[in-house]
Amino acid sequence: MKKILWSLVALIGAFALGGIALQRGESINAMWIVVAAICVYSLGYRFYSAWVAARVLSVDPTRATPATRLNNGRDFVPTNRWIVFGHHFAAIAGPGPLVGPTLAAQFGYLPGTLWILVGAVLGGCVQDMVILFMSTRRNGRSLGQMARDELGPVGGYAAIVGALMIMVILIAVLGLVVVNAMKNSPWASSTVFATIPIAILMGFYLRNLRPGRVLETSLIGVALLLFGVVAGGWIDAHPTLREWFNLDGPHLAGFVIGYGFIAAVLPVWLLLAPRDYLSTFLKLGVVVLLAIAVITMHPHLKMPAVTQFVDGTGPIFGGKMFPFLFITIACGAISGFHALISSGTTPKLIGSEADIRMVGYGSMMLESIVAIMAMIAATLLDPGVFFAINSGPGVVGATKDAAVATITSWGFPVTVDQMDSLAREMGETTLFARTGGAPSLAVGMASIFSSAFGRGLLALWYHFAIMFEAVFILTTIDAGTRVGRFMVQDAIGHVWQRFGATSWYPSVLISSALVVSGWGYFLYIGVIDPNGGINILWPLFGIANQLLAGIALCVATGIIVKQGKLRYAWVTGAPLAWLAIVTTTAAWQKVTSPDVRIGFLSAADQLADKFAAGTLSAQQAAVAPQLIFNQRLDAALAIILTCILWIVIADMLRISWRVSKGLPVLPTSEAPAVTATPALEAR
Amino acid sequence: MKQRLLACWRLLRELTTDDAYERYLEHHAATHGDAAPLDRRTFFVREQQRKWEGVNRCC
Repeated sequence: MKKILWSLVALIGAFALGGIALQRGESINAMWIVVAAICVYSLGYRFYSAWVAARVLSVDPTRATPATRLNNGRDFVPTNRWIVFGHHFAAIAGPGPLVGPTLAAQFGYLPGTLWILVGAVLGGCVQDMVILFMSTRRNGRSLGQMARDELGPVGGYAAIVGALMIMVILIAVLGLVVVNAMKNSPWASSTVFATIPIAILMGFYLRNLRPGRVLETSLIGVALLLFGVVAGGWIDAHPTLREWFNLDGPHLAGFVIGYGFIAAVLPVWLLLAPRDYLSTFLKLGVVVLLAIAVITMHPHLKMPAVTQFVDGTGPIFGGKMFPFLFITIACGAISGFHALISSGTTPKLIGSEADIRMVGYGSMMLESIVAIMAMIAATLLDPGVFFAINSGPGVVGATKDAAVATITSWGFPVTVDQMDSLAREMGETTLFARTGGAPSLAVGMASIFSSAFGRGLLALWYHFAIMFEAVFILTTIDAGTRVGRFMVQDAIGHVWQRFGATSWYPSVLISSALVVSGWGYFLYIGVIDPNGGINILWPLFGIANQLLAGIALCVATGIIVKQGKLRYAWVTGAPLAWLAIVTTTAAWQKVTSPDVRIGFLSAADQLADKFAAGTLSAQQAAVAPQLIFNQRLDAALAIILTCILWIVIADMLRISWRVSKGLPVLPTSEAPAVTATPALEAR
Repeated sequence: MKQRLLACWRLLRELTTDDAYERYLEHHAATHGDAAPLDRRTFFVREQQRKWEGVNRCC
């Protein structure tokens, strides 16, 4: 009976996938994608993850986990698997899976969807589960520690440097997304600003008035936030008030930078923790809402399956589908950052090794579904509208007429009237060149929400979606800056011990300033870049994230080989090989391509030539030296990141070779096996 | 039905760490019954500080 059921799932999945791939009509219903995705995930979970857990990892439910052995009622606590699942999902899911698919929609819905499905089932979910398992077996050690213990100091340091770099680039690119969403939009800016006093209010309430009452505080906070969205509309309608919040890119960037610094040095209870409760609630709420809306409305996707931009001429970011699709969609398919979470808090909560499959593989599947939803929300827009929102003025032309003419000439008709009336409906002055992915996602989400839950509230839904993404992103900026600060303090602490004391205020201020100036620099350059900046920063982020995934997969492969399971090494080795090919090709093209839309160096040279010849406008010339320097710096960064990846791969191969020759390697750092007893499992 | 709703409510409280203090008291009574437990506020402040000492949010 079960066999028949699963054969049916496989058949439906194959049919839906075939339907998507062969669809050549006007438009396709989003349900095809939803059904195909659900079938692929179910099969992946039921068969592949079970096989990996049983054969490759030899998961042993009778073995006591660190949570039961070291139970201290605080960080090591055996926890119900649904609770761990919820915590783990809330920790791994951020704005990444929303932004990446939106940008990659320039290739059409098909390439991105297929990569999200295949990448998650064979790559991302496997990585998350395997690292979670390995860290659980090692008392919840971090990825960096595992790399040092199992591969050696080289791999360990590479993992730490990689993690710090990705953090800096990640925060910069997310900051840019939020700045572009608030730029010259009083409604969006005032709503996003309102989240700060709301969080502080919650912080006081949660600490002093009703300590630890998380649920009621969060409900109050969410209610205030929703009121903030409505109040943003009133501010927008007020002639003087609206000017206060009508800010341009550089000012908003300054605000985000200042905010990041203050949030990193303030005590956590005041801003960070309450904001995190808010964003977690919103995140789960919106994911559920979006799923309900997509399923009940099952909208038609208007974007073609594959656009002409697979040839590398895309307006949102330059570069061919291979390799750039695979670094643009990182979160949602495979994200190295998850390895830091899977080897952080989560393994200390795992009550039984049997839960690891559901928590590790399952959470990533859910994140991947979020990415599929984002893809649907982006591709249900008219392609002309989608490209008008997401293309920078440097690509399609600075005026509205120039932009619609360029986009229409690509075969995606759009008019100035259409864009203006859409902007009016959304309560914005313009939607042209709102690059970064957040505004177009918000337009897409607002369209499905309003058709599912009542029309006429488009503007509210739009600003709700913007606020939702901004709250998310600001949480990542806060938390990321703080994590970066700990890393810097730890690194300098090796040389100067006093600096390593995480609460010593001079050290807190200096290290926070270092981290903030790192990402603040990239954010500022992104804001002044006439091409929107996102086309430079997002690929760099993708390369960094896939590099971290590469390091995680190296550690995993090394451990599998050391356990004498060379024949299963492909389980993590194959995704690793694919990521190594993709990131290396992407980095190579980003550095050496003669196409100025792809190559950092050729773009720098072209701009330098124009600058020397004096053909730039005064405005362009003012920022040219910074842009030239930045492009060269980006090229150097891409090279460094790729080198780090190959150093770790070489280290892993060296270990594997020694194992196969029977030469001594570092001993396993696995904690000795203890049989779980009912007494240990009891709380 | 009422049982189900109660179970859901408990799950929600645990998921949001709303019941962290009660859980702490339980654990404390079971393991160090002789010493006095922390009061609600001190416990909460300490917990919050601890939770934010590492990577806990992703992209």
